[in-house]
Amino acid sequence: MLAVQHIFKTYEGKLLLNDISFTVGAGETVCLLGASGSGKSTLLRIIAGLEEPDTGIVSFEGQDLSKVPPHRRDFGLVFQDYALFPHLSVYDNVAFGLRMRRIGDDETALRVANILELVNLTGFEQRSVTDLSGGEQQRVALARALAIHPRLLMLDEPLGALDRTLREDLLDELRAILRRTNIPAIYVTHDQEEAFAIADRLLILHDGMIVREGAPVDIWAHPGSAYVAEFLGLGKVFEGKVVSGNRKVHTPFGLFSIDCHHKHQRGERVHLLARPDSHLERNERRRSATHLISGVVTDVIFQQTHFKVTLDNGIYLYLKNAPRVGEKITARVKVECLA
Amino acid sequence: MKLSLHHGDAKTQRDVSRFALFAPSRLKRILLWFLPITFLALFFFFPLSRILSLTFTIETFTRENWNIVQRSLLFTFYQAALSTFLTLLLGLPSAYLFARYDFPGKTLLRALTAIPFMLPTVVVAASFNALFGQRGFINTILQSSSSFFPLSPFNHLPHSPSFALHPFAAILLAHVFYNTTIVIRIVSNAFSTLDPKIEGVARSLGADTLRTWRYVVFPLLRPAILASSLLVFLFDFTSFGVILLLGEAKYATLEVEIYTQAAKYLNLPLAALLSVIQLLCTLLFSILYSRYATHIAQHAPRSIAPLSPKTLLQKLFTTSFVLLLFVFYLLPLSALPFRSLFRLEADRGQRGEVQYGFTIDYYRELFINRRGSVFYVPPIRAALNSLTYASVTVMLSLLFGFPAAFALAKPTSLERILDPLIMLPLGSSAVMLGLGFIVSYGKWLSSPLLVPLAHTLVALPFVIRALQPAIASIPDRLRQAAASLGASPFEVWKTIDLPILRRATLAAATFAFTISLGEFGATLLLSRPDYPTIPVAIERFLSQPGGLNYGQAMAMATLLMLLTLIGILLIEKFRLPGAGEF
Repeated sequence: MLAVQHIFKTYEGKLLLNDISFTVGAGETVCLLGASGSGKSTLLRIIAGLEEPDTGIVSFEGQDLSKVPPHRRDFGLVFQDYALFPHLSVYDNVAFGLRMRRIGDDETALRVANILELVNLTGFEQRSVTDLSGGEQQRVALARALAIHPRLLMLDEPLGALDRTLREDLLDELRAILRRTNIPAIYVTHDQEEAFAIADRLLILHDGMIVREGAPVDIWAHPGSAYVAEFLGLGKVFEGKVVSGNRKVHTPFGLFSIDCHHKHQRGERVHLLARPDSHLERNERRRSATHLISGVVTDVIFQQTHFKVTLDNGIYLYLKNAPRVGEKITARVKVECLA
Repeated sequence: MKLSLHHGDAKTQRDVSRFALFAPSRLKRILLWFLPITFLALFFFFPLSRILSLTFTIETFTRENWNIVQRSLLFTFYQAALSTFLTLLLGLPSAYLFARYDFPGKTLLRALTAIPFMLPTVVVAASFNALFGQRGFINTILQSSSSFFPLSPFNHLPHSPSFALHPFAAILLAHVFYNTTIVIRIVSNAFSTLDPKIEGVARSLGADTLRTWRYVVFPLLRPAILASSLLVFLFDFTSFGVILLLGEAKYATLEVEIYTQAAKYLNLPLAALLSVIQLLCTLLFSILYSRYATHIAQHAPRSIAPLSPKTLLQKLFTTSFVLLLFVFYLLPLSALPFRSLFRLEADRGQRGEVQYGFTIDYYRELFINRRGSVFYVPPIRAALNSLTYASVTVMLSLLFGFPAAFALAKPTSLERILDPLIMLPLGSSAVMLGLGFIVSYGKWLSSPLLVPLAHTLVALPFVIRALQPAIASIPDRLRQAAASLGASPFEVWKTIDLPILRRATLAAATFAFTISLGEFGATLLLSRPDYPTIPVAIERFLSQPGGLNYGQAMAMATLLMLLTLIGILLIEKFRLPGAGEF
């Protein structure tokens, strides 16, 4: 449905978006995940038509949108700080888009009522938006965007300003609403947990480029680069040197033989990932990919289902039983090649 | 061990509260208030009551008086409304320009637009006169275009073309000139706290640019626009110097009429009635203003970075407006000093034989006591008088301002009521203050102390407002920490309060100094003929015929402009935190 092709954008001499291309299918939720400054929000503004790309095309159902002004695109927008109209009531905020479309008062009232019910804000119609809590404001912002029956919904860090529990609740609600309305959506966030929870497909943005694209499960299993593995916090990333053929790698932690799909030259430097969930791998007996790493415990953090144990060499592990700080331990760690 | 430590702590605590100026007991608070309250009672509230009692006498309400009231009230409203409208016309696009765009010279232009507001109205009037007046640059150059431009197309005309801006147009233009900065400051602030995402959302919801402005941007800016309009209206409503000096005695606002009735016709009851009406009007506008002003900062302030203009339309808008503003502000401001150094017409006794060129005669003449001149003293004495008055004003306003600011830094609920009372002189016009002095202390009119007392009344609110936040910004914990480290109460004051307050004190002093230098309305009523101040001297020179008098007015006004500019620079320097030591 939405197709973004070869978008380039510079801002004050700096390349902000570098050849961005992706699509969003019908009913699909695509998540743009990236650190702050990775160009996510600029990309959203370009898709919304609020900013122009230097080059590149945004099209919807085959129609090039470059000549379509933002108010004709029918794309809903939701921002982190809600951007509610402070001079209008909840009702008038939600009805704004309908009035711009000159939809009659009766139908507007009906649609606003339906939408407010969808976001659990029935009864808030006449409240001033400045009196609402953060969570309520975000529901109004969502309702306002949904009221116009957008062809595409764009959410820019929609839960970023909310506290943790509220964020989790609203995330569940949001997922349910997206599923029920079947509106294709682009969800921008820097929070990987949020991204994994809501995305059908994940795009990881780094330095203005999409460095990894795929289903959350696939990206989790195959991060594909040191940056993605570190950004997603999949484990400790370190370098090694291929010493023989394709399998033996020399690292600061010892000589490892790795199971790898890539072809490596002898002497090549490779990035390796040590996943912390070593205790889960213990029974699998995949000797080739599972290795013994020793170190002195420097830190132990309780994390509900396990302890996060950090060793003096930077490796960290999730263990069921907590060792003492200062103790020397040896653990089986799954090491994989990131290419 | 523990016990003795606690004991020591408690002792320090007690010492601090016993000696620190800042935890004053009731007695100390009364002492703090004694000077400022006595001053205001004697020189503001008593004169005010005299004016009121003078107003409600039988001879006030004659048909003739009533006609004058009606006429001047009508004209005051008319010119203020028109000036405000014109100010918005220039100010709103300028506010948008400053809030949304970056362009070369932005800081300079912002400062340039703010300068006229801080200049004395006499200087503004003189600047406009130097540019647009009968003897101004444009007119004299046009009139003698034949000798300036031998091939000018006007040369075959029997009379040289003449151009002098219509006095009413000059008044309006001068009002726009010094009030536009209010609109720029308030509205551009509101503009830049306006989240552009809100506009983005409105557009994504189907509003085109026009409707985004109509339904979102404009409603959000409305309080700022209304508040700035009211403030501009208030200043135009009470305008005095500009109307007196540029109006060529044809136009009289309430303020000018008060002066005329009091000083020329000695009709004090009518002057009193006019000033009561004026006071009621300004109070009404002030209340309206503060009601709108409270609505301005409602939504979270968030500064939006301005952008360089991108599209052709944006470039066209910014370039033309930047140019327009530069020309509009630079021309009058530079015309004044140029005119003071430029001979443009025949000297006395040299009729017909016109000399052009640079001259410092106008300045030299200031030092000569000519027989038959407007003064009994060399005109430069006016400058000395002004400086003396200003120095006395600084001392008096600091003397009364400091205790009040100390008390108001941490006000009790009772003192919160005193705050607006102290600020009340701000709302009453200068001419009215002068009138109050005349009707209350008429027999001391020969005393040279009345003028600095009136100036102190005008400057006091500014001094208090400059000191109070600085005093309030010093946390008691700082003094307690110093005391616990062994500083005596005097050392606490010397090492903590004084260095922090020095800058604010200098700013307050400079405020008082420049206000006194430029004060016109009250001084015109109160100053003795042989003790003119610079603004009074300018007025007298301008009301006299002859190129030499005109030139001297220009020279005086240039001096005043320079002095005020230095003052403004100093205030800006003192006000900025961490901008160097003094």
